[in-house]
Amino acid sequence: MHDVAIIGGGVVGTSIARELSRYRLRVALFEKEAELAFGVSKSNSGIIHPGTQHPPALLKSRLCVQGNRLTKKLAKELGIDFKEVGELVVAFSDEEAKRLKELLRDGRSLGVPGLKIVNRAWLKKNEPNLSGNAVAALYAPTAGIISPYRWVYDFAENAAQNGVEMRIGTKVEKIRSTGSVFEITTSKGVFSATFVINAAGLYADDVARMVGIDDFKITPRRGEEFLLDKKRGHITNHLLFPLPSKISKGILVTRTSDGNPMIGPTSEDVADKEDLSTTAEGLKVVLEGARKLIPSIHENDIIAYFAGLRPVTGEDFIIRHEDKAPGFINVAGIQSPGLTAAPAIALMVVDILKKNSLELKKKAVFHTHRKKEYHLFAIPLEKTKRLIKKDAEYGDIVCRCEMVSAKEVRDAIARGATTMDGIKFRTRAQAGRCHGSFCTTRLVKILAEETKTPITGVTKRGSGSELVKKDRLT
Amino acid sequence: MIKKMVCIECPKGCLLSADIENCKVVKVAGAKCPKGIIYAAAEAENPSRILTATVLADGLDIKLVPVRTDKPIPKKDLFRAMEEIGKMRIAKPLRAGDTIVDNFLGLGVKLMATREANR
Amino acid sequence: MFKRDLVVVGGGPAGLAAAISAHENGVKDILLLERDQYLGGLLNQCIHTGFGLDYFKEILTGPEYADRFIQKIQAIPDIEIDLRSFVVRLEKDKTLTYLKPGGLHTVRPKALIMATGCREKTREMVHIPGTRPAGIFSAGLAQKLINIEGLLPGKEVVIIGSGDIGLIMARRFTLEGAKVKAIVEIQGSTRGLMRNMVQCVEDFDIPVYFSHKVLKVHGKDRVEKVSVAKVDRAMNEITGTAFDIPCDTVLVSVGLIPENELIEMAGVAIDKKTNSPVSREVNKTSVSGIFVCGNSFKVYDYVDSVTADSELAGKLAAEYIRNRR
Repeated sequence: MHDVAIIGGGVVGTSIARELSRYRLRVALFEKEAELAFGVSKSNSGIIHPGTQHPPALLKSRLCVQGNRLTKKLAKELGIDFKEVGELVVAFSDEEAKRLKELLRDGRSLGVPGLKIVNRAWLKKNEPNLSGNAVAALYAPTAGIISPYRWVYDFAENAAQNGVEMRIGTKVEKIRSTGSVFEITTSKGVFSATFVINAAGLYADDVARMVGIDDFKITPRRGEEFLLDKKRGHITNHLLFPLPSKISKGILVTRTSDGNPMIGPTSEDVADKEDLSTTAEGLKVVLEGARKLIPSIHENDIIAYFAGLRPVTGEDFIIRHEDKAPGFINVAGIQSPGLTAAPAIALMVVDILKKNSLELKKKAVFHTHRKKEYHLFAIPLEKTKRLIKKDAEYGDIVCRCEMVSAKEVRDAIARGATTMDGIKFRTRAQAGRCHGSFCTTRLVKILAEETKTPITGVTKRGSGSELVKKDRLT
Repeated sequence: MIKKMVCIECPKGCLLSADIENCKVVKVAGAKCPKGIIYAAAEAENPSRILTATVLADGLDIKLVPVRTDKPIPKKDLFRAMEEIGKMRIAKPLRAGDTIVDNFLGLGVKLMATREANR
Repeated sequence: MFKRDLVVVGGGPAGLAAAISAHENGVKDILLLERDQYLGGLLNQCIHTGFGLDYFKEILTGPEYADRFIQKIQAIPDIEIDLRSFVVRLEKDKTLTYLKPGGLHTVRPKALIMATGCREKTREMVHIPGTRPAGIFSAGLAQKLINIEGLLPGKEVVIIGSGDIGLIMARRFTLEGAKVKAIVEIQGSTRGLMRNMVQCVEDFDIPVYFSHKVLKVHGKDRVEKVSVAKVDRAMNEITGTAFDIPCDTVLVSVGLIPENELIEMAGVAIDKKTNSPVSREVNKTSVSGIFVCGNSFKVYDYVDSVTADSELAGKLAAEYIRNRR
């Protein structure tokens, strides 16, 4: 019997879990995939937006600005690398420059700090590779970049540290209201909770329908992103945006928090909620758009690509208590700026719970900080030397492209990685130049060993994605 | 009749032309060395290949011992050989070049280890 | 920090030959660093024949070829071998920092020979659209899984690229009981040796599609099929020729790139297109005393050429050390 059940283990679900873990409540989070963040949260741009991209009247714009502030603070508590690099919304004509003034006015009314319009001279000095056709730009200093899946793990680990039950690989199949509680039937048993928070991303409409709410539909809108070689990391100093259109931000030139320049995303409605394929057409569209901003970008710079799906339902977020199903709170349609807004969404949801009579008594002990793990690629060699003296396995390098040791891999598994993708997202092993050609063999063996499964049971991202078909030993 | 083939004895890959009468090769053209002539005859009459594979080890420092036949075996026996190899286990340490099976499959060839394996 | 006369990075055929040659040319203080737990490099997984025809005048398998040099080097006490040693930093003055289980070490040699080999081009580098399911492997990874670990990556394979590595793996998969559905090659003819076309492809009736390219990889969690089409001279799809090949595994064998990130770190000039060191004389780099040999210098077709090249590097390094006395 739980006080709150959260459905969905992405950035929204886990940030809500973390916020709720401050209070004396029994909270459980349900995630259907083999690991957290395997849905929308793993394939997006990782941008923490300042709040310049959407009409100020929208809920998501307010939550974005608030979330931006909160992210900076939380990043320190949870120990994640958050880089405030600033953004430029670039105008290529006088007409576009006029629109910049509107964006500036809107942003200021929302409380976005530090906004100013910069001219050609400023751009030439501070963004030298930007196209000469740029006439002006709106500069927003509070734009930042973060690793979206590591953000999820950090929220989740801290939430678990503070008592939230993480039920991963557990799919919610049915929800029945008995009047006072919800009976939740999952693939791994039946649970009950007084309140249910629907943060199920692409499947939020399906989950809402389980309690009879069917006034919104989630349409997957695919975005393809292309990563450039780290060696080209110097091509921009800020995140570069064209002027936003009604449905999308346009093709951006940004950077991941791991240092790879990234171009994209496309914006295309697809039929299948699981269609994560990239296309030749997408590559063309993205290169064209990216070159408008940075003409020197070349197809040969591209070393990786992926697609993500935005869970679109109308223009704004749907965050509301459902009077038709008391105790059920929908948090749906969380596309961009969802990643930025997540901490603010969490506060809003807690407020909704309070207004609906959930008693919130603060815990006597709440662990604000998370124990950080080590990444050899991010620390100076002197520190690596000390680490190896304490634990010899830090010197056993498994992934040579990203310098990841066996110890870090085992740590990642101890912290919840059960798949090859989970190891990749937590440690960066397999995410380097050779895309796993060198390290896969060793990783598969370590994963099999640590999870006590046969090597033929090791998967890329859950059941159905097993890596090898047969082991001659068995 | 004339049978055309590529010699596989060395990376040159000479294009050979074998004259075959009564199932026997009587003349070979296109060979740049004597090995080609021998190859052509063998290929026309009884195509054979050196087999390389791996054998599961038991209690040694490597999981699989790579092996080879010292001489070519008939193409038609390749899969039978693989089946036999699949059943073998090597528990004794060995050096590269050690014979694992003499007269493998009764074909008059040796099955040899190509890599050292220790305890 | 230790000082040595010569450090060789890499214990594959290049590093082995270079170290032995340097010793034969008078260097008596040599440290060889190898990141894996055994010597031999990639030769250990190249269990097929085709090695040594030139150097030994014999038909050898990869492991046999490696063994000749391993036996030789293990009999030379002047050459210290450090396994599981991974170089993480190289500076212009040749100071190297390397990690091994239990320690981080620095060493500064008088001369340095880099024999770090090459890596494979990935699917991402050739921009094959589609999904990213389990079941896509570089040919080298598949070879390691099968030949070193006894793991069969898949049962129905499509191989992209008809170079020797792709052809060799076509045979290997077939002998291990898998079905190779097709080899797809964008050029009009094979990039590999004719003998491999015979003994790896024709022997097993494997279909080869020349002048074809893979349009898309399909499959949600595991590869389900690939879409393939014929291409024109400009390598563009010819409309109306597309067809699907159901499979559960895609092998990507589309080229090799020399691994030179370490010397790049040290400021050695690298050719951006080939990733090889810019070099006016074979094996020498833009930094005197840093030599490169084997596949990290230039991608060779035969290991015999790697040995020849590396022996020269060893000789040059010995000369360099002698002249600095």
